[in-house]
Amino acid sequence: MTVDQEKGYVVFTEEMKHTHTILVPNMLPMHFKIIGKVMEKVGYKVELLETSGPRIAEMGLKYVHNDTCYPAILVIGQFLDALQSGKYDPDKVALILFQTGGGCRASNYIHLLRKALAKAGMGHVPVISLSMAGLEKHPGFQLNLGLICRMMYGVLYGDLLMSLVNQVKPYEVEKGSAQALADRWTERLALEMTDGGRLSYRRVKDNYRRILDDFAAIPVEERDTVKVGIVGEIFVKYSPLGNNNLEQFLVSEGAEAVIPGLLDFCLYCVYNNILDYKLYGLQKKAQIAYKVAYRYLLGKEQDMIDIMNAHGRFSPPTLFTHTIDLVQGTISMGVKMGEGWLLTAEMLELADKGVDNIVCTQPFGCLPNHICGKGMMKPIKAKNPNINIVAIDYDAGATKVNQENRLKLMLANARKNRERQRAGETAVQAQAIRADLVQPAAAAVRADRDEEERSSLSFPALKNA
Amino acid sequence: MGESAQGAGQRKKEEAPRLPGREMTSMNQQAQRLALGIDIGSTTAKVVLLEDGRVIFEQYQRHFSQVRQKTLELLEEAAPYIKDRPFTAAISGSAGLGLAQGAGVPFVQEVFATGEVVERLEPDASAVIELGGEDAKIIFFDGGIDERMNGSCAGGTGAFIDQMATLLNVTVDELDKMSLESTRLYPIASRCGVFAKTDIQPLLNQGAKHADVAASIYQAVVNQTIAGLAQGRRIAGKVLFLGGPLYYCKGLRRRFQETLGLTDEQAVFPEYGRFAVALGAALYGTSSGGTYTVAELREKLENSVSVRDESNLLPPLFASQADYEAFRARHAAADVPSRDIATYEGDAWLGIDCGSTTTKLALLSRDKELLYTYYASNRGNPVQIVKEQLETIYSLCGDRIKIRGSAVTGYGEELIQAAFGVDKGVVETIAHYTAAKHFCPQVDFILDIGGQDIKCFKIKNGAIDSIMLNEACSSGCGSFIETFARSMGYDAAAFAEKGLHAGAPVNLGSRCTVFMNSSVKQSQKDGATVEDISAGLSVSVVKNAIYKVIRAGSADELGEHIVVQGGTFYNDAVLRAFELELGKNVIRPAIAGLMGAYGAALYAMDLKESSIITAEGLRSFVHTAKAATCQGCTNHCRLTINSFGGGKKYISGNQCQKGLGLKVTEEVPNLYAWKRDALMALTPGAEIRGTIGLPLALGMYELLPLWHALFTHLGFRVEVSGLSSRRIYEKGQFSIPSDTACYPAKIMHGHMEVLLERGVDAIFYPCLTYNVDEGESDNHYNCPVVAYYSELLHGNMDDLSRTNFLYPFLNINDRRELTKELTASLRAVFPSVTAKEVRQAVDHAFDAYAAHMTQVRRQGEEAVRWARAHGRPIMILAGRPYHIDPEIGHGIDKLAASLGFVVVSEDSVCHMADLQPVHVLNQWTYHARLYRSARFACENPDVQLVQLVSFGCGVDAITTDEVRRILEERDKLYTQIKIDEITNLGAVKIRLRSLIGALEAKEGGEAV
Repeated sequence: MTVDQEKGYVVFTEEMKHTHTILVPNMLPMHFKIIGKVMEKVGYKVELLETSGPRIAEMGLKYVHNDTCYPAILVIGQFLDALQSGKYDPDKVALILFQTGGGCRASNYIHLLRKALAKAGMGHVPVISLSMAGLEKHPGFQLNLGLICRMMYGVLYGDLLMSLVNQVKPYEVEKGSAQALADRWTERLALEMTDGGRLSYRRVKDNYRRILDDFAAIPVEERDTVKVGIVGEIFVKYSPLGNNNLEQFLVSEGAEAVIPGLLDFCLYCVYNNILDYKLYGLQKKAQIAYKVAYRYLLGKEQDMIDIMNAHGRFSPPTLFTHTIDLVQGTISMGVKMGEGWLLTAEMLELADKGVDNIVCTQPFGCLPNHICGKGMMKPIKAKNPNINIVAIDYDAGATKVNQENRLKLMLANARKNRERQRAGETAVQAQAIRADLVQPAAAAVRADRDEEERSSLSFPALKNA
Repeated sequence: MGESAQGAGQRKKEEAPRLPGREMTSMNQQAQRLALGIDIGSTTAKVVLLEDGRVIFEQYQRHFSQVRQKTLELLEEAAPYIKDRPFTAAISGSAGLGLAQGAGVPFVQEVFATGEVVERLEPDASAVIELGGEDAKIIFFDGGIDERMNGSCAGGTGAFIDQMATLLNVTVDELDKMSLESTRLYPIASRCGVFAKTDIQPLLNQGAKHADVAASIYQAVVNQTIAGLAQGRRIAGKVLFLGGPLYYCKGLRRRFQETLGLTDEQAVFPEYGRFAVALGAALYGTSSGGTYTVAELREKLENSVSVRDESNLLPPLFASQADYEAFRARHAAADVPSRDIATYEGDAWLGIDCGSTTTKLALLSRDKELLYTYYASNRGNPVQIVKEQLETIYSLCGDRIKIRGSAVTGYGEELIQAAFGVDKGVVETIAHYTAAKHFCPQVDFILDIGGQDIKCFKIKNGAIDSIMLNEACSSGCGSFIETFARSMGYDAAAFAEKGLHAGAPVNLGSRCTVFMNSSVKQSQKDGATVEDISAGLSVSVVKNAIYKVIRAGSADELGEHIVVQGGTFYNDAVLRAFELELGKNVIRPAIAGLMGAYGAALYAMDLKESSIITAEGLRSFVHTAKAATCQGCTNHCRLTINSFGGGKKYISGNQCQKGLGLKVTEEVPNLYAWKRDALMALTPGAEIRGTIGLPLALGMYELLPLWHALFTHLGFRVEVSGLSSRRIYEKGQFSIPSDTACYPAKIMHGHMEVLLERGVDAIFYPCLTYNVDEGESDNHYNCPVVAYYSELLHGNMDDLSRTNFLYPFLNINDRRELTKELTASLRAVFPSVTAKEVRQAVDHAFDAYAAHMTQVRRQGEEAVRWARAHGRPIMILAGRPYHIDPEIGHGIDKLAASLGFVVVSEDSVCHMADLQPVHVLNQWTYHARLYRSARFACENPDVQLVQLVSFGCGVDAITTDEVRRILEERDKLYTQIKIDEITNLGAVKIRLRSLIGALEAKEGGEAV
């Protein structure tokens, strides 16, 4: 067991790369599966945890301070549940967690996990910090640019698949066909990632088109649905484990879930570093790199939008620059802890798309959400009188019946609003929104599309990692 | 709503009230003439039958969780009015969903249903407030319909009133009548039932008038509704009040009307208030789904048994009858000798445990045998109970037995001691340890689950080593099971008995009672039996104790010899669940519920002559309680003055000694007071450019010296909103959007209102992502709430548009950046301000801030020196800068000082210790101070640390564990006090006295 000299955490050494299996918590099944394969390609042994059920939360409650936010309880619970299952050799296993280093307590998950491991008598299990800020050093786990780009592809593919499943599922003739197709594509893309050779971005874009064609081919029928957006704290927003299968519930109630993608969060993280300089004069040296990274990601988003628009059948994501425009005047972009201003922005983005019904998911006691979620509902409603937002608390003690009752209220109002809209009361408004949607976003910044990743790109913060 | 509802609900056709003056004419004309609406709430079931839009039958009954059966019963009652005609039907209500799904009957969400009904019946209504058994809802109609329900932390309403009535030992009707007689209101925390209970219980124990308490309970419901649901929208115009509680409770209506300032015309309490949801369901049924006959609907309901979710079940408590027998036999062995009081002669010692919900007495012989015991609910009036019991004891003792000594413990300790001249008062923890030790000399762990508290102590080397008490938000203990049992129609013992033999206990989670209520709702929906729920509740109580209060990872952490006690452990299901969860056997004394009283009696046994009231004195004993307001200082504590005749008095409610008419004899250093005085001493400065208002809340407590100096230097008159009070909080309550935020944040709204009233030119509270970098931690953030609360204020307080609200994002660690942003922000309002001036002011401000911090540290050093010179213990009251606020900190600093401590703050002593390595990411400025001050406590034997934590503080989940680790690694006691809106110091006092007791025991080895 190697321990970091300065901070005393167990280090993931070079040898461990060959001997240890890295367990990955499951927030977004499709995204993480592809990303996991990317890591396997460069020699790691990776296993995505797919466990669920009440015992996960129970395990978490046992080992984590009960007032800690729910995502921490779940993630840590899932790890410990796996470690105690007997399925893994505790001496041959490592864990990995993402760490933003922001002012939200989520940055402390990794320490809570280590405390929990120590309490469970497994303090020797290394925990890898996956952090863009380079908070910790693990010699056996070094990110390089190529690896990061491939992981980014995983994010992009995942976002696309998630969006398409959501857009097809409520209408599919044969139940489960959209998810089944997504699963096949996930396998295929994951396999492609492990295929030798350099992965070209052109190939990625070709895949987009094929995926779009495949989804367009799924037999669907007209169904009367309402669109419901999901925003909130990142873990409970995405993870079915965290939100009691929210998306599935909405579909079963005749709704179409609209979930902003993970790429937005990546862009948000990068963009905050640019803002840190603008607002506080911090991070001056790294500015060029952040700007390059920002443009790179934005270009990738623009490409996906272009391809989806060209295909014509499905609704594309909103370009990040437009999201930024939307949030101006509601909340300052200096609010950067947790999901920060992005949470407010995503609600506005959904309203802008004509998705007036929104579930704002929040773990009980999530501090940033007091400000950016519940705290911004009044100004959002002032700007969008038709909006129908419900805030749902997710918590180890919160019950499904309470959550579903509130969701049902939101859905009942959603249907009523739609009836009214159909009756023409707000027909004019609705049309205006549509027109806006078709407009391609003009202010897009494009960079390096169609090209291989430039090796000159550098992420200074990652060099130490 | 309870007792009054039963029987009173049914009405025959002749007397059925018509919907007032209107008919549901907008119903689809082609629809069936008959429409049945069923509303199954969390506690009651309601049915209405409409014929051509007129109510021809209605019924309102408690369902005792027998949802399907009750619905069938109600259908049968409606059947004679339906006859063989077809009708439409729909179900609504929080407990109706499962039934509707199972039966395939249309379901409509209850708030939506209400909204539909009100829109038709009262088109000019601007808002609806509906209180149900466990839900509270508000609907706003003005400016787009906006329907809201209470969040999952907002607790019960009808159920809450039921619980409170139980606490006062009256029916809901009586509670209501009493409330109308009230003359004053006490502040009662309105977050949820558990919190409110913590406030009410001490009021009762201290002798507050029941009428006032009753009205205060209603006021708490009102405040909760406003704070939790209105979320920034004002409730005005024509307001409809619906739901059972508002139908039955006149006092509650009055409180709502007065608080909202509504005229009689504006506040509407319609006759159909209880049935609004059922009416909405009936309405909904006409437009969705088909028609039924009585027989058809009956069949559908009967076949609606839903499938249980197997994954959420627990193994039974006993695998076999033999297991159960063995369990019984084992615990029967832990008995206590008793002796017949009728034949005993000689000396005796009396122990009284005046607990939160029960009063216990034990009379011991010289050989420590039990002569007499008493255990019963204190019915909200412990003085009366103790009086009766003393009378009984005196009559049993006759001349044969002489009471040589007496001691009292528990919540009502001081009251009882003053009332009856009891010789000694002993803090609960010590009393319990005394009893347990007597019982099992090697005991190394004690867990006591009482009516309302969970107390655990570890014993090391014969002294209490650490104490853990439940937080105010998790005290779902014995009284919870009891109240719950009653709500399901059982007494506590019968309910527990059922749990013992449950086949598949439900997993109800391990959160506070409010969450458990909804978990129970869920399991009922899943078809769980009463047996399964009873067993599940027992398991929950146990898990709550082990994982939330004790925070244990495994049974081995607790100890070898575990004694469990407290009335809750009479419940065999709880005892068994505890043993199963720990995986080891424990000792439960047969007098589990009497251990406090038994311990107190043991504690009194070194006495020879008792001063306790005589049989004579008892005959002329009188007790009156009256309310008063202390005029000793600006805090104006609300006092309760108990008089016992002959000039004997007991005053409670005071935060310091002044109210007791005592003079403070010496000036003991108290850094909290010093810091408050220092901030209050800042003078406004001359007004040249205008006035700037600074709200004294959150981060302003840290940086006031800085901003004050900056603005006065720039030629502004600075208006500081001042120290907080409950009144200030209430001023801003209307605009709080997130009720679960911490109290220090929520009180900010009141401070803004204060500044608005004063009419300042601008209000300044900047957004500071980063706090001052003291160079001690990995980073130096503020918490998200401190950093960005201005954004929330801006978005939710409309009145801020009346002034200039400045909340620039500033980098406080870079003077150049700070100058730049600050200049830009100020010039928008005060164009004459120049960058150069700001730069100078910034420099000046940092000097002032540095001087202030130096002073704080010097005062800290001074206090430590003083304490050592005078041989006083030092307490670091470790929290955050805003905890010095008298309203947020509830005067805990004064309390600690009155108990003999020299009080210092974390920022006044942390510089005296080295940097503390921590096992967490140390990236908040305030946290770094906490960790370092913990180290200071470790390094100095005469220094103790007590951590203040605000309810809802997310980041403190991290600091509390870490501070505890730092202290316990060095063998120091860790005490945490969780504070919220709670205003009663009783529980805090017990905690601090336990700390003192434990310290004494530690020093003296075999003390106690």
